Amino acid sequence: MPFSPKPRTPSPTRLCGLSRSHRITLSGIDFIPDLSGAIFAPEFSALLVADLHLEKGTSLARRGVHLPPYDTRESLLQLEAALEATRPRRLIFLGDSFHDQGARERIDAADLTLLRSITARVETVWITGNHDPAPPEDVGGIIIEEMELGPVSLRHQPKMLRADEAEISGHLHPAAAIHARGHRIRCRCFIADHRRLIMPAFGSYTGALSVRSEAFKGLFGDFHVWMIGDQAVHCFPAARVR
Amino acid sequence: MSLPPRFTQWFASRGWAPRAHQLGVLAHAEARESVLLISPTGGGKTLAGFLPSLAEITERGPGAGIHTLYISPLKALAVDIARNLEAPIAEMGLPVTVETRTGDTPHSRRQRQRQQPPDILITTPEQVSLLVADPHAAHLLRGLRTVILDELHSMVTSKRGVLLSLALTRAQAHAPGAIRIGLSATVADPDALRAWLMPSGAEPAPLVLGKPGAKPQIRILSSVERVPWSGHSSLYAIPEVYEAIGQAKMTLIFVNTRSQAEMVFQALWEANDGNLPIALHHGSLDVAQRRKVEAAMGEGKLRAVVCTSTLELGIDWGDVDLVVHVGAPKGSSRLLQRIGRSNHKLDLPSQALLVPSNRFEVLECTAALQAAEVNAQDTEHPMAMKLDVLAQHILGRACAGPFHPDELFAEVASAWTYRKLTRAEFDRAIDYVATGGYALRAYERYAKLKPQADGTLRLAHPRLAKAYRLNMGTIVEDEMLKVRLAHVKRRLGKRVVVGGRVLGEVEEWFVSQLTAGQTFVFAGEVLRFEGLDEFGALATRSNDKEPMVPSYQGGKFPLSTYLAERVRQMLADPKSWRDLPPQVRGWLSLQRFRSVVPKAGQMLVETFPRAGKHYMVCYPFEGRLAHQTLGMLLTRRLERAGLQPLGFVASEYALVIWMVRDLSLAVSSGRVALGRLFDEDMMGDDLEAWMAESALMKRTFRNAAIIAGLIERRQPGKEKTARQMTVNTDLIYDVLRTHEPDHLLLRAAWDDAAEGLIDAHRLGAMLRRVKGQILHKALDTVSPLSVPILMEIGRESLYGEGHDALLAEAANALADEAMRLV
Repeated sequence: MPFSPKPRTPSPTRLCGLSRSHRITLSGIDFIPDLSGAIFAPEFSALLVADLHLEKGTSLARRGVHLPPYDTRESLLQLEAALEATRPRRLIFLGDSFHDQGARERIDAADLTLLRSITARVETVWITGNHDPAPPEDVGGIIIEEMELGPVSLRHQPKMLRADEAEISGHLHPAAAIHARGHRIRCRCFIADHRRLIMPAFGSYTGALSVRSEAFKGLFGDFHVWMIGDQAVHCFPAARVR
Repeated sequence: MSLPPRFTQWFASRGWAPRAHQLGVLAHAEARESVLLISPTGGGKTLAGFLPSLAEITERGPGAGIHTLYISPLKALAVDIARNLEAPIAEMGLPVTVETRTGDTPHSRRQRQRQQPPDILITTPEQVSLLVADPHAAHLLRGLRTVILDELHSMVTSKRGVLLSLALTRAQAHAPGAIRIGLSATVADPDALRAWLMPSGAEPAPLVLGKPGAKPQIRILSSVERVPWSGHSSLYAIPEVYEAIGQAKMTLIFVNTRSQAEMVFQALWEANDGNLPIALHHGSLDVAQRRKVEAAMGEGKLRAVVCTSTLELGIDWGDVDLVVHVGAPKGSSRLLQRIGRSNHKLDLPSQALLVPSNRFEVLECTAALQAAEVNAQDTEHPMAMKLDVLAQHILGRACAGPFHPDELFAEVASAWTYRKLTRAEFDRAIDYVATGGYALRAYERYAKLKPQADGTLRLAHPRLAKAYRLNMGTIVEDEMLKVRLAHVKRRLGKRVVVGGRVLGEVEEWFVSQLTAGQTFVFAGEVLRFEGLDEFGALATRSNDKEPMVPSYQGGKFPLSTYLAERVRQMLADPKSWRDLPPQVRGWLSLQRFRSVVPKAGQMLVETFPRAGKHYMVCYPFEGRLAHQTLGMLLTRRLERAGLQPLGFVASEYALVIWMVRDLSLAVSSGRVALGRLFDEDMMGDDLEAWMAESALMKRTFRNAAIIAGLIERRQPGKEKTARQMTVNTDLIYDVLRTHEPDHLLLRAAWDDAAEGLIDAHRLGAMLRRVKGQILHKALDTVSPLSVPILMEIGRESLYGEGHDALLAEAANALADEAMRLV
């Protein structure tokens, strides 16, 4: 059997596309989950993404783990495709956009150009995260700790909510598993109740944490998950999630 | 051919004489020649290997460093061999020190072995790799004279053997005069083993043959019960197996998978009216538990042990006088090896009983019995060149100290396994180890190998050597979880589960499909799953007779090509059906009457309608993996031909595909030609397109990525944080395919899959074999031969691997439910 590789169609590897049937509603605002792991708020023409962890590959490389150095490009191409699909006015990063403070030094010139071309096209906001308390200032966009999108707070780490507050955050990299026909299927997911939404990690090499794990305890009431399959987003109630 | 007087006296004092093959090995060793000894078990093979070393060390005097490396495939075997060697050494009063070194050897002892090396070190292949990766290797191995490779036939067919072959080239570099003594059971191709032992290009090692043992006496259970159409449990035969145990002194019952072992053990226990001591032994049980069973066998306290391949190799654990094989043995050599466990003395015939678990297995057992009668061997060929293994070896080489690539290339290519390695391939492997080998040179400053002024390469950081030691080895196991027996306590009216002793380990995927309260069989008991804690799974004893969750996953070994050919011939020759039990004979006669029996060389394809769908069943007898691949490829073709396939199921013997459209009609009207459908060209684009997305391919890639050191193994104790941080290898696979489709690791994974999970080589050979030989029979209804595979439908997984289909189905089912409530 000869090895005769054929390249796949050029990136992105994962599909993009807004869900046609699903809406996540917080304080009366609709958010549409995207197959890429982004979420789109039509009322504000804003696209939200969390936890890109750009340059995680080169960060691991320092420890002698040489993963394919295409994670940044992959994530940016993915982001570009999501922008193409939604054409928003605003792009909001929910923190941990860069894997560490040295990411800016290590980013490949072509990838940097790609990133700058994205921020030049849309009004860009970088919310800071624990991995990137001070994101680079020369890649376009403004840097901020928290912000509000109408009645919804946007921040990196989920917080205790005030009585009337609603929030979108990232940080936890949620994943959910369900059982179907004897198979266990685990995917990245959006998780939300009527007040809080936590976004999946957008980055290529980011791991994921089960929504059943300790870190999610006490954050949600009766929640749903929107699991990101290869072709579509699928919604399940908490009772189905293992 | 001279044995020192001390030795001849010892033999005489025990009333023995050295055997011809023992003296044969000695003669070659004295002439400083490597040698291969092929001898059945029980022929004094181990002593044959040791005699030359014992004689030489006695002459040389002790304490001059490691004289002999004895490499055994199993840890437990190494320990037993050391113990068995103590007797002759003590009795002859030889000044020879023997020690073992395995993964279990404590650090302090390893340190001491470094300061004061024993004359004979008994160890495992992985430990040899670690030894040569030690910066002091040259010093440790300077006195090495002999390398003994035990059970060589079992080591050379896997990546373990490939890695070992490379470690041996390193050892040879430190001790150029050392010879190799290979000890092996009977194999299909001794010449391949003879070549494997020697540097590439050299004359193959001379062969010494032991005296063949007495011919085994094998019979097939002829049950009064009805032999099932399909399935693998063999429960119908339990009363008869129990009876056979009652008549023998000590019985070994071999099965093919762990879950089969659990099932058979449980059934025997229920039938155990005579309270016979029967035990269970398989790889997932706790080590202490296994050692206990082995000791009880040795002391003759047991009447039967149900086991998997864990008791297939090595020394005796008692006076076994009967071997029962439940399920088909899948290969003639495996059968011979297993039945060799009974009457482990050369002059007495082994006694064996084969228990087929379904009708096709009756054919297979009959074929295996006939093959064993003529001592036909169908062992696999030694595995050659693996790029992931080479990458691991290169890193290990760097751990020992700086090296020159030219020298390492010459050394690696001197292994028979890498004789076809090109310099370009080698350089890519070096590049991969250094920086990942990517076209985008992103990691130059984080290179693991740094070029020096003198042209050598040096390990960039000592930390990398530590990581190598933790991650080396070629055995990549499923993630395992410990299962602990738990106690339920009441605290303040609440049910609290407290963990207790460890029962063993089980695959993580299996646990992940359990929900609290479900029962499953493990360690010979029906257990109730209680949940997970930080140490693993918790379970309590259950009173259920039947577990709720079966864990059967089909046979582990594929049917050997040789046995498959024999089964096909038997099927084609109705005269040979005389030897079959009446039920099976009747089944085949009915097939001849209702449909047709293919002639030798033909492949039968049946098409028929049933319950509103149209079925196609073909019978290639090439094993489940090859059939599964064929199923994937044929459904793609049938889809393109507009026949709307709905699903398929593959078994060891046959493949069934069902569809919406009438295939019989499509063939008779000339719209579909079966010859075209089964054309070999499906192995091109179709195969590639499917493999690219296949979950099997991703699993293969993960193994290659771990062996080649791209990602680290999970280390015990570190799991909790690792789980969140581990980069999913499926993602890496996708990214590589997109950005670097000809990367070394993709190539390594493709090669593995083609011979492994996808079994493309075997499928390709089969498609060539049936070209122009397809016998089509259009029927009005189900044929007798097709019944077993049709009964598998619903038990096995379905068409396609897309999780989206299952997710959508589950989500829709919820919607339906919701609609009903309204």
